[in-house]
Amino acid sequence: MSCCAAGSEGALDIERAGHALPSAEELRLSSRAVGPGLWQVDLSVPAVHCGTCITTVEHALKALPQVERARVNLSTKRVSVVWKESVDGVETDPVALPRAIAATGYESHLFTAVEEASDSLRNQLIRAVAVSGFAATNIMLLSVSVWSGADAATRDLFHWISAMIAAPALIYAGRFFYQSAWGALTHGRTNMDVPIAIGITLSYAASLWETIHHGEHAYFDATASLLFFLLIGRTLDHVMRDRARSAISGLARLSPRGAMVIGEFGTQDYRAVEDIKVGDRIAIAAGDRIPVDGVVIAGESDLDVSIVNGESAPQSVAPGSAVQAGTLSLTGSLTISATATVTNSFLAEIIHLMEAAEGGRAHYRRIADRAAQFYSPAVHLLAITSFVTWGLYDGDWKHAMMVAIAVLIITCPCALGLAVPVVQVVAAGRLFKAGIMVKDGSAMERLAQVDTIAFDKTGTLTLGRPRLVDGPAVTAEAFAIAAGLAAHSRHPLSRALWSAYSLQPRSFDGVREVPGAGVEAATSEGTWRLGHRAFACGEAQAELIPNPYSEVVLSRDGAEIATFHFEDILRPRAETAVRQLKASGFRLGILSGDRAVVVAKIARELGIDSWRSGLSPRQKAEGCAEAAAEGSKLLMVGDGINDAPALAAAHVSMAPATAADVGRQAADFVFMRDGLEAVPFAIEASRRAGRLIRENFALAIGYNVIAVPIALLGYATPLIAAVAMSTSSIIVVANALRLNRLALDEASSGEAETGTRVTGPAAQPRLAA
Amino acid sequence: MNMLIFLIPIALFLGGLGLFAFLWSLKSGQYDDLDGAAWRVITDDEDKPAL
Repeated sequence: MSCCAAGSEGALDIERAGHALPSAEELRLSSRAVGPGLWQVDLSVPAVHCGTCITTVEHALKALPQVERARVNLSTKRVSVVWKESVDGVETDPVALPRAIAATGYESHLFTAVEEASDSLRNQLIRAVAVSGFAATNIMLLSVSVWSGADAATRDLFHWISAMIAAPALIYAGRFFYQSAWGALTHGRTNMDVPIAIGITLSYAASLWETIHHGEHAYFDATASLLFFLLIGRTLDHVMRDRARSAISGLARLSPRGAMVIGEFGTQDYRAVEDIKVGDRIAIAAGDRIPVDGVVIAGESDLDVSIVNGESAPQSVAPGSAVQAGTLSLTGSLTISATATVTNSFLAEIIHLMEAAEGGRAHYRRIADRAAQFYSPAVHLLAITSFVTWGLYDGDWKHAMMVAIAVLIITCPCALGLAVPVVQVVAAGRLFKAGIMVKDGSAMERLAQVDTIAFDKTGTLTLGRPRLVDGPAVTAEAFAIAAGLAAHSRHPLSRALWSAYSLQPRSFDGVREVPGAGVEAATSEGTWRLGHRAFACGEAQAELIPNPYSEVVLSRDGAEIATFHFEDILRPRAETAVRQLKASGFRLGILSGDRAVVVAKIARELGIDSWRSGLSPRQKAEGCAEAAAEGSKLLMVGDGINDAPALAAAHVSMAPATAADVGRQAADFVFMRDGLEAVPFAIEASRRAGRLIRENFALAIGYNVIAVPIALLGYATPLIAAVAMSTSSIIVVANALRLNRLALDEASSGEAETGTRVTGPAAQPRLAA
Repeated sequence: MNMLIFLIPIALFLGGLGLFAFLWSLKSGQYDDLDGAAWRVITDDEDKPAL
């Protein structure tokens, strides 16, 4: 549990540069009233993962006087906080809540309202499972008595009781199948639910008819247990799709929900982004994201644009520069004039591109659907044939009916209905433990087919965090001075410089930050400057030698003292992962929006031969479409907004948890840990899951091959039907559980456990000390 | 055989009780955070679910 070690408090200020806390207005906007003077807000805390995390976060929150209750939900990685509007007459500032969480070293974010409807569907399904399970067990108990020899009046009594238990269960728990079957039939299609609905209805009706006429055989037990097993499959399928999706959408939001709009007379009021009009003047503080596209009218700053175009070096902006929605202002505050509303800004264009790109994937039919396509007509045909044949053969249409029902029950796609979801849920659980979330089952099926992999660079192959490359080359004195200056800036290069210095940096008074340029300090020795070459040395921007490194220059009174070069850190275990993937015969490539020199360098380091640079979002998506046109199944791994259309266009896609909101939404898999070994792991797990699904189909079909002739020949008594059906389901489940033994390179992901915290500040102890 | 008159309703009642208990626990949110519940066992806090 070292992951939750204290001592990271001091990191707070530095941390905030990379992650701005939501504003008070945003928090108020997303709180809901839960009682007189009480509000509840739900925050997503993606890094919580163990018991200590729960206690740490909850204690920090409960220590605040304005917090009434705080509860961490570890499964969805959220905390719900109930807070009082005012304490002793003082109005509460809701920002205190995320600040308290941040003080413990965890990031927290607001998230968009999740689909409550899907959660209630899950609960309805679980209730239906419980009810049908209750009915199945009780009817089965009564049936055992019948099978073991109860006859005449006793048997009739038992049958009647069974009928009375089964009826409400059928209506209550069977409604999912009836609704779905009815929906399919009215649209002239048939699906797996049609034979199920017909099977359970007919078997119930026939059993009731038998009971009325004091018959020997009734199928109530089979009907109820069939329903029970099918509902388990249905519920697992739903939970599988649901859980990861809610966790994915619960992560950091990218676009702010509102902005401070400056009115005509200098008044400032907070408005939701939807209400921002073209021409509005918006104030953006350092550390804020830009809500809509616009033009800077006042102020200077450095923008982190990596999430937008993959360019890793920050961009300086000054009055007149165009800025795009979603970029982060790092060093200075800006006033911008909006040039687009939220519905037609850059972000909206990306979403539009994504919708256009998604076509390729929409054609994918899940294995279960494809099976149903062949299975359900075959079952109907078989039942009708046996009915007609038996009727013509012995003239006893009642018996023919019973045989047909037995066929329907025995072939009911119970094992088949479980075969796919059970495996996928087990596989998803296994992946979840390794820090990978799966959006739905079809994603795993698609991942298993992949033969080509394309990576984005910034944020995917690299972490998007710069690192000093030539520290030792600089004199110790210059280094100490530079680190001392850098401590006063939140620019990512300054932070990297500062954290690379392990000794006591020199301290300065009166350091001034010049947004978009660097920091300077006037001392008795002269004026120290750290920043752009142009700023530090006063020269014209002489640069433009293609250089894969970003640089920062230290100068005294305009004379260059030292130059520091930075490069992006490779994602942990990127090389191992790439080597492993190459060894397994995948074709690898890089699709990046960054400059060619930078991409070439990374490609060389990792040994990836094919790469393209300077791509626009549209070109990336086109690259994916080309791959599809050539017949290869492409896995796209990317993180930025600019990758989102490509993620949607690729056959299957993966994104790290640090990705932009849209990127994560578009991706099928999201990996929470820093290491890139998630990619080979997910592929391997999906392939094994695919193999198990095929095995399960083989088992289910094998079972039918044995059981169906028995039913066709008229030997299937209720006992045989019920036993056969349950056995096949249990075998399928047991087979799926074998996947839990999947242990791939756990050593490396275990070590990555500590890296789960996306914040992962490397050099914190020194600051705290 | 007459015992059945009592035994069957009793059996059904007990089963129903179990069903009811399950539905109640589902409704009161006890399955909302299974991962967290596993950890909360080892903490000493007085522990009540939020809304």
